[in-house]
Amino acid sequence: MPGPHLAPRNEDEVRDAVAWAVSERVPLEVRGRGSKAGIGRPVQAGATLDLSGLSGILLYEPEELVLSAAAGTPLAEVQAALDAQAQQLAFEPFQPQALFGAADSGSLGGCLAVNLAGPRRPQAGAARDHFLGARAVSGRGEIFKTGGRVVKNVTGYDLCKLLAGSHGTLAAMTSVTVKVLPRPKKIRSLVLFGQEPAAAGGAMRRAMAAPLDVSAAAWLPAGPAGRCGTDRIAGRGRAATVLRLEGSAVSVAERCDALRRLLDGAGEMEELHSHNSAAFWAGLRDAAPLAEPAARPVWRISLPPSGGPGFLQAAIDGGLLQGGEGFLDWGGGLVWLAVAAGDAGREDAGAAVLRQLLERHGGGHAMLLRGSEALRRAVPVFQPQAAGLAALTERVRAGMDPHGLLNPGRMAHG
Amino acid sequence: MQMPEPDQAAIAARPRLLAGLRAIVPADSVISDTASLGAFESDGLTAYRQRPLATVLPETTDQVAAILRLCQELGVKVVPRGAGTSLSGGALPLADGLLLGMAKFNRVLDIDLENRCAVVQPGVTNLGVTQAVQHLGFYYAPDPSSQIACTIGGNVAENSGGVHCLKYGLTTNNILGVELVLMTGEVVRLGGRHLDAGALDLLGLVCGSEGLLGVITEVTVRILPRPQSQAALLLAFDTVEAAGDCVARVIGAGIIPAGMEMMDRPAIHAAEDFVHAGYPRDAEALLIVEVDGPAGEVAESIAAVEAIAAACGATSARVSGSEEERLAFWAGRKAAFPAVGRISPDYYCMDGTIPRARLGEVLTRMAEMSRRFDLRVANVFHAGDGNLHPLILYDANAPGELERAEDFGSEILRLCVEVGGVLTGEHGVGVEKRDLMGTMFNAADLAHQERMKCAFDPDHRLNPGKMFPELHRCAELGRMHIHRGQMPFPDIPRF
Repeated sequence: MPGPHLAPRNEDEVRDAVAWAVSERVPLEVRGRGSKAGIGRPVQAGATLDLSGLSGILLYEPEELVLSAAAGTPLAEVQAALDAQAQQLAFEPFQPQALFGAADSGSLGGCLAVNLAGPRRPQAGAARDHFLGARAVSGRGEIFKTGGRVVKNVTGYDLCKLLAGSHGTLAAMTSVTVKVLPRPKKIRSLVLFGQEPAAAGGAMRRAMAAPLDVSAAAWLPAGPAGRCGTDRIAGRGRAATVLRLEGSAVSVAERCDALRRLLDGAGEMEELHSHNSAAFWAGLRDAAPLAEPAARPVWRISLPPSGGPGFLQAAIDGGLLQGGEGFLDWGGGLVWLAVAAGDAGREDAGAAVLRQLLERHGGGHAMLLRGSEALRRAVPVFQPQAAGLAALTERVRAGMDPHGLLNPGRMAHG
Repeated sequence: MQMPEPDQAAIAARPRLLAGLRAIVPADSVISDTASLGAFESDGLTAYRQRPLATVLPETTDQVAAILRLCQELGVKVVPRGAGTSLSGGALPLADGLLLGMAKFNRVLDIDLENRCAVVQPGVTNLGVTQAVQHLGFYYAPDPSSQIACTIGGNVAENSGGVHCLKYGLTTNNILGVELVLMTGEVVRLGGRHLDAGALDLLGLVCGSEGLLGVITEVTVRILPRPQSQAALLLAFDTVEAAGDCVARVIGAGIIPAGMEMMDRPAIHAAEDFVHAGYPRDAEALLIVEVDGPAGEVAESIAAVEAIAAACGATSARVSGSEEERLAFWAGRKAAFPAVGRISPDYYCMDGTIPRARLGEVLTRMAEMSRRFDLRVANVFHAGDGNLHPLILYDANAPGELERAEDFGSEILRLCVEVGGVLTGEHGVGVEKRDLMGTMFNAADLAHQERMKCAFDPDHRLNPGKMFPELHRCAELGRMHIHRGQMPFPDIPRF
């Protein structure tokens, strides 16, 4: 990255850096630990604002279910602190090592800025749902705070929701406060082998509609299942529908029995217990089964759960996945797709076809999570919005960053 | 409470407004006579009253859009209203404003079990959503106390909570999408039946925006399978601190109850006198802990909470042995507000949230304030998430008592902020806490919020006078005060 590398050590220095950028009209690339710098449209910046120097846990009160940390604090450090108290970030943040070859899982601020939740999303919410408060420097070069450190708060507009998933385009966060939750004592997964997408979709929907607190539901075709990192699944060479239960030993056993009865007749079943189960879901969270070959663009598509299986099947039938593959998470509500790189006539990594297909399967949003710089410049990385909504979104963004200096264009199109 | 100075031009435009409205909706959907407008002069915060310029009751999105366009043209302000149950004056009318009543938007449009969501019009009541899906084994989780009356549109505007939000979240965590009409009449859809935003999360911004950003005309809510079983524990303690300690240890043990409610002695007595729920009158604090889920898990959690309570010195512990008994435990808590209403001519309900560990200190200082203001106070507390509802008892007919109650309330909320909490956990800022926003936010914090308002409604036509202590012109908010700067912190290596 050409241009100055600004590495502030505290909030005032962040303010000074942005104020300088405002006065000189220098676009800034805002980054934490850089682990997810490959996400979004490439930014043309005149300087880098590196927030990794703002690091350290500021407050952690396990019994209040709350943790505050400087935005650049390594996520791994936060997770280690939570782990020591048998707590966790319930939204299972996506970690970029597998897909992006990142050195670590990045910063807490970065994890909130991308709002990429893992398999527990339907049950527990995304980063946005656990983001209680923030201090930040907006694109006006002014420090502001929003939210608080208590889990129940409706005082003023909820700007945390805006900051979550804003990819650093509204403000440079300096410190953040998140809700934390107890870590389940036991994890068990029920695996059904050999289902087609439609049947898997039905099984996942029945499981999640039952009062069994199923905390994740995914379907992998034979290919990705073979690379899921868990021998008990990979070794079978078949498609796998995987349903997760979490809680105390008694509760997990009770619910697993109930789930088996509910899905009786759906085919051969197997159970994964704690260690295997945790490893499987960690891999799924990060789309690790699609990581190789690294040149393949990867899409992450959120849609109504009923639409997922048909969408994936149509993508396969339409030849979109020649040389590529995909799987379902969120009970069908999330499709991960890796498409073949640079097919003739497929220079857009399937963007146009996929987005048309998405409209036919209930709508939602398709994000090109991984792609070369050239591809991310050529293809709308984020789902294009209707004109009125796009204009409103830009007015909101301009309210925070009137000169478009923070990660300019990262969430823009074309 | 000072509302913005009425705009005489808007008042003068009333005949044109009424004629315009009658061209948009049937004549009987426009209410303009003084007597009928009296029904709309107040919401759940009855201390404030104001008759609107007129009330209109549209029933389609097109009508709402046409009404907003008309008001934008005529320079007339608009106050949206659901059921009018706001406890913060969120639906308080303006003398120079149209009251836009959404009561006719009362249909459930679609129940989509495959995607575990329901699409409803905003005037459907909170309980109405659950009633529409309960025969299918589902329910809608947020359950504010006013759920038989309050509407889902109002819930979105206020980001309403309830007793179960520690485990199940507030409204913002339980909605998937809305249709929203902007002040220009433009209709936008945020979200859908899928999760998360593909761009900036405007749905998250709109939820809890108190009717200042747009008018909600449709809501898609998530519905959840009804838990297999529920059980409650009724625990009594000699001190509030012991009860608070019990709450902290339950959570410390990794248990997230579906609900965890505390009442102090005055609230216990008021409730017991009213509904005879069998609450122990000698307790200083009462805790209702409810857990839900599969039967085995519920039994296990109840046993664990019981053991913790014993270790915290609970003087009595009762487990609900039946559904009737569970509901009986709740009867007193759910009737706490009317119960207090029986022992005092009026009461004023506060809504601060505090870090739970500060509860003992906050209650001690509140007791001192109670003596100083010479007004009784009863406390009900969503103990799991720190949301405190002090009920200040007063008599509006006694000269000066309302003012004293308001001052008492302000002091309580300042205390909540001082100990690290916030002004409102679920009732909203409205007009009630508007002038206290400065205790929690500085000018820059507020300006960053107000600029969001400018992105949606730059002329401040929608529900002005709520939430923000001062109305700043958007042009003024947009001005930048940056001096030509030098390179920041030049003393450290940067390259």
